Amino acid sequence: MSEEKKEGQAGQGEGGQKQAKPKVPRQAMPEQDPHVRAKNFDEVTLGYTEEQALLEASRCLQCKKPFCTTGCPVGIDIKSFIGLIQSKDYLSALAKIKESSLLPAVCGRVCPQEMQCEKVCILSKKGDSVAIGRLERFVADFQAKHGGGRIPKAAAPSGKKIAIVGAGPSGLTAAFDLTVMGHKVTVFEALHKAGGVLVYGIPEFRLPKAIVEREVKVLEQMGVEIKLNYVIGKIKTIDQLMSEDGFDAVYICNGAGLPWFMGIPGENLNGVYSANEFLTRSNLMKAFRFPEYDTPIKRFKNVAVVGGGNVAMDAVRTALRLGADNAYIVYRRSKDELPARKEEVEHAMHEGVQFKLLVAPVKVLGNEQGWVKGLECIEMELGLPDDSGRRRPVAKPGSEFTLEVDAVVVSIGTSSNPLLFQTTPGLGQTKKGYIEVENEETCRTTKKGVFAGGDIVTGSATVILAMGAGRSAAKNIDQYLKTGEWWSR
Amino acid sequence: MYEILKKTVWSAQEPRITEFVLDAPEIARAHKAGQFVIIIPRESGERIPLTIADKDAEKGTINILFQEVGASTMLLGSFKEGDKLMHVAGPLGKPTHVEKFGTVVCIGGGVGIAPVHPIAKAMKDAGNKVISILGARTKDLLIYEDLMRKASTEVRITTDDGSYVKKGFVTDELKQMIEVEKIPVDLVVVIGPPIMMKFVCKVTEPHRLKTFASLNTIMVDGTGMCGACRVTVGGKTKFVCVDGPEFDGHEVDYDEMMARQRQYLPEEKQAADICRKKLCHSA
Repeated sequence: MSEEKKEGQAGQGEGGQKQAKPKVPRQAMPEQDPHVRAKNFDEVTLGYTEEQALLEASRCLQCKKPFCTTGCPVGIDIKSFIGLIQSKDYLSALAKIKESSLLPAVCGRVCPQEMQCEKVCILSKKGDSVAIGRLERFVADFQAKHGGGRIPKAAAPSGKKIAIVGAGPSGLTAAFDLTVMGHKVTVFEALHKAGGVLVYGIPEFRLPKAIVEREVKVLEQMGVEIKLNYVIGKIKTIDQLMSEDGFDAVYICNGAGLPWFMGIPGENLNGVYSANEFLTRSNLMKAFRFPEYDTPIKRFKNVAVVGGGNVAMDAVRTALRLGADNAYIVYRRSKDELPARKEEVEHAMHEGVQFKLLVAPVKVLGNEQGWVKGLECIEMELGLPDDSGRRRPVAKPGSEFTLEVDAVVVSIGTSSNPLLFQTTPGLGQTKKGYIEVENEETCRTTKKGVFAGGDIVTGSATVILAMGAGRSAAKNIDQYLKTGEWWSR
Repeated sequence: MYEILKKTVWSAQEPRITEFVLDAPEIARAHKAGQFVIIIPRESGERIPLTIADKDAEKGTINILFQEVGASTMLLGSFKEGDKLMHVAGPLGKPTHVEKFGTVVCIGGGVGIAPVHPIAKAMKDAGNKVISILGARTKDLLIYEDLMRKASTEVRITTDDGSYVKKGFVTDELKQMIEVEKIPVDLVVVIGPPIMMKFVCKVTEPHRLKTFASLNTIMVDGTGMCGACRVTVGGKTKFVCVDGPEFDGHEVDYDEMMARQRQYLPEEKQAADICRKKLCHSA
């Protein structure tokens, strides 16, 4: 409840905008009790009631020149949608968001609003910003609960066919936009469920899968064809899609899915997992419900998760829910540098996750049967800033110690899957292994008619940035289909 | 959904060996020797990697073969002709490197004979002399003999108990060929239990005889995303699903691989017990 106290002090409007100054504090998000939720997979946050949403919306000053929209990667007209909440027209508020973003129920939950729209909200200068993300979630959930709204209409058929490779946030967004423009879209998904990271990565307790299914269903009702179990590059090449299947353009948004390991001794012992494996088992395969579901997962008592991002927080909180007595985050920098959202870090702390900060793993220790029995670590201190601008962690000699754990989950990032490059001649690759594009706005690759966006271009980023890329891609694909123009290096 | 067009029970002895012919035209067309599919039998099912044992690109069918050793394969074995599998993804993995090597020895042990079949066929089509060595515990568990005879120039068979052809292991026959009969061999391809692949490699290594081993590790997604299938090859970590499934057999750390294969034994047993009860009830 610490958040509530902190938020209770807020509520002063900023000068220069002459509206009445609201005295209402930022409304805290109702959530499950930390001790209870640490043992279940139900959603942690419960969402605003209508009363709370109205109170929160009343805090918005409806600025003449709103900054919030400039902070949104997809430029949602935030002022207008909150204004519509103020007048209790929730469905119109949702429609307003959907002009810019396909997945408000998702983004309202997983967007790092504190780094985006809420960061530039004028109220944040002297207190707490409007809880824009929570309001976004409220209108989306309101419609899901009460119905209403309609399936968006597509323009007259253009006769053009587009293939999208990957049914993650970027692909779904592009599919939506292109369908509205009148094009026939087929999405090819490698896994057996659409949603990408929304279904394999982000856990149920942070993003219920029913929400993703609902959004995918809307797309299908609009006429988008989603082909599951299609690993493009294997069952068909990009060239075959264009020459044999008659697709006029292809959008590649297959993500950055290849997990990095640390390259330290003992990393292939039993009980060492990539965060991708750990989360895919639990989320996509529902192994947390084994043996009701067929995929097994180990229920370890002492688990170390290496890394400090949102994925690491998802993994460590999953370990807790699977029954760990001790779940550790092992991160080589300090709390200030943790790349995860503050809210996720706080949630993890409240649930009992132990943070081993300024600590780096050195070696995974194993027993005679080949299972993890500990993680040898070394303490770090922060030195001068490195290329990323963050202070470089430096090992403290002689500070080695062993964390007694029976599992280690490696969550230090991902890179691009080499599969598509192997079978797509002419597709340019950057030094870091991602797809080369003219620029992130046009999404045009070095291969005519082939566009790319999302993590496969930028490296691992956020859901909303991937969605933004999907939107840019759709706009540029539409233009290409009309003009046939391409670029040259 | 992928219909089971034909079901063959190769061996009624437990654990049963069963083969499905699946309606999967696009996979059949794209498939090359050495590749596998991931199968999910039902909504709550797990992702099961199975090597494609045969195909008919014109009819649009693929053959998969499995031994009913765990809950998921027992469940799969309970499917009948006309039933449909929920999901089949593939073909996955890198195809076998096929060219004219000269004499190629294809070794299959147990259910490993099935995945070696398309490789033998492709090697023979590429102009190689193919000598196949098939090993089974006992005569009743020997599969694909006729198909392997068609796909090979010569077939040799061993059974652990001596119930068919020659008593012994595939390694004995391999040694006999290269050390006693002095048959010049240019390449060995081996698929079977890890322990068998390990010992085949021990036979070929002193002769510097190039040996491909096709690994069947635990996988989840099968597309390079999770690393469950990782093995150490030549001191480096590789993913069987995207870097393999075939590797230089002499470079593989089999002991680590075997330890990793045992990770879920208690869970597998738990699931198998539940499955047995349920299947008994429904039978």
